Amino acid sequence: MARYFTEEHEWIEVDGETAIIGITDFAQEQLGDVVFVEVPDTGAEFTKGAEAAVVESVKAASDVYAPIAGTVLEGNSALEDEPELVNTAPEAEGWFFKLTIADKGELEGLMDAKAYKAFCDEL
Amino acid sequence: MSDTETEIEEQAPEKLPLDAWHRAQGGRMVPFAGYEMPIQYEGIKAEHDWTRSSVSLFDVSHMGQLSMSGDNAAQELEKLLPNGIANLGEGKMRYSLLLNDEGGIIDDLIVTNAGPHLALVVNGACKWDDIAHLREHLPDEITLTHYDDFALLALQGPKAADVLESIIPGVGDLTFMTAGLFKFKDQHVWVSRAGYTGEDGFEISIHEGQVEDLANALVADERVKPAGLGARDSLRLEAALPLYGHDLSLETDPVSASLTFAIAKARRETGGYLGHAATISRLDGGSTHTRIGLALEGRQPAREGAFVYSGDEQVGHVTSGGFSPTLGHPIAMAYVQNPYCELGTDLEIEVRGKRLPAKTVPFPFVPHKYHRKGA
Repeated sequence: MARYFTEEHEWIEVDGETAIIGITDFAQEQLGDVVFVEVPDTGAEFTKGAEAAVVESVKAASDVYAPIAGTVLEGNSALEDEPELVNTAPEAEGWFFKLTIADKGELEGLMDAKAYKAFCDEL
Repeated sequence: MSDTETEIEEQAPEKLPLDAWHRAQGGRMVPFAGYEMPIQYEGIKAEHDWTRSSVSLFDVSHMGQLSMSGDNAAQELEKLLPNGIANLGEGKMRYSLLLNDEGGIIDDLIVTNAGPHLALVVNGACKWDDIAHLREHLPDEITLTHYDDFALLALQGPKAADVLESIIPGVGDLTFMTAGLFKFKDQHVWVSRAGYTGEDGFEISIHEGQVEDLANALVADERVKPAGLGARDSLRLEAALPLYGHDLSLETDPVSASLTFAIAKARRETGGYLGHAATISRLDGGSTHTRIGLALEGRQPAREGAFVYSGDEQVGHVTSGGFSPTLGHPIAMAYVQNPYCELGTDLEIEVRGKRLPAKTVPFPFVPHKYHRKGA
């Protein structure tokens, strides 16, 4: 399994042909207290960069974009009742959705954990 | 498109007297009303909840602290707002509205009879326009002073009186919307029992040279934590207190804004203030919309600019909205057409192409806990 990161502060955990996607600790810290998350329906098909989810904090509303193309296998239904999981466990229980990867080539050029940390340190 | 506009450089935000203090306390600074201000320290929800249960310290030094003095200063000010000011007793405060000729709201403000002068506290983002407006309309004999070397701290929460009494003795005798001169150490400070959170609390006007000393004395009390603009906004929304530039503007007026309490009964007959004719015609049924409260089902907030619907008909728009930490669901203030304002009316708010069910509810969303006289 490998974990990738995007400049939009999403993480992608790749396991074979599927991926789990969420937002990073840096992102949740910037958002502040999350009060609502809308995750995509099973079967939704996304192109890379499509609006996939909505996260609302006390402060503001933000879109979460599909970092790679794919078909949604499952949205994290736990976030409906416990949106604060995005704050408390952003890179674990606070995941957003799982999808089947349409094109593994899209993973090329994404950052690994070390590169992502360096990216955040520059911000 | 012309390039001239884009070439005008944005003026860099000013720094508050407590700028370094906020940063040392972990404040995340953002530009607001021409200043760099703390939006949060440990987090908006934590600061919100702390204010409702203990005491929070807000720096509101961006606000304009003005005074008016001279013969008939109160009568002259009354020509620019719909309240009575001449009948305001010494040490008493009153919420009011500066109106233009069309009855539109230029700003909302607090006027205090401070004895030798009237003290005015106006919104930070409006203060320069307010000063220009006042100066334009007031006679030259009236002296208008801008205390731009004074900071303003708000101490808010159920334990505020106990905390402040231990630092500035005597303030516990103030009741809601009264003010007076007190001493912090050897320095004179002007203290008002008022605020913008719905909680009991105080606002302390102090010279910028002493404000850090006072801030340190306050947070040395473990009941006090600093809070930022984020919590201030969610607290005032729960208290249904309007925010200028959002819930109030030149396009709104005292009647549609549900602020008719700021129009003195006697002056509805006598008038004599800018915007009187327009205000009276609105009072007499010429107003089409009203600022009301909406409680949303579910958890998704509706924010400023969202449209309000009854069936297919668009009947209003949201001017402030967010998740209420105290109530655990989203709330919103909206201007809604009068036939749809009755309490309990089922409406919908459109957010990201979805219709969220909402119901009209009374103001305030969360009860005020002011320390009123005789209470």
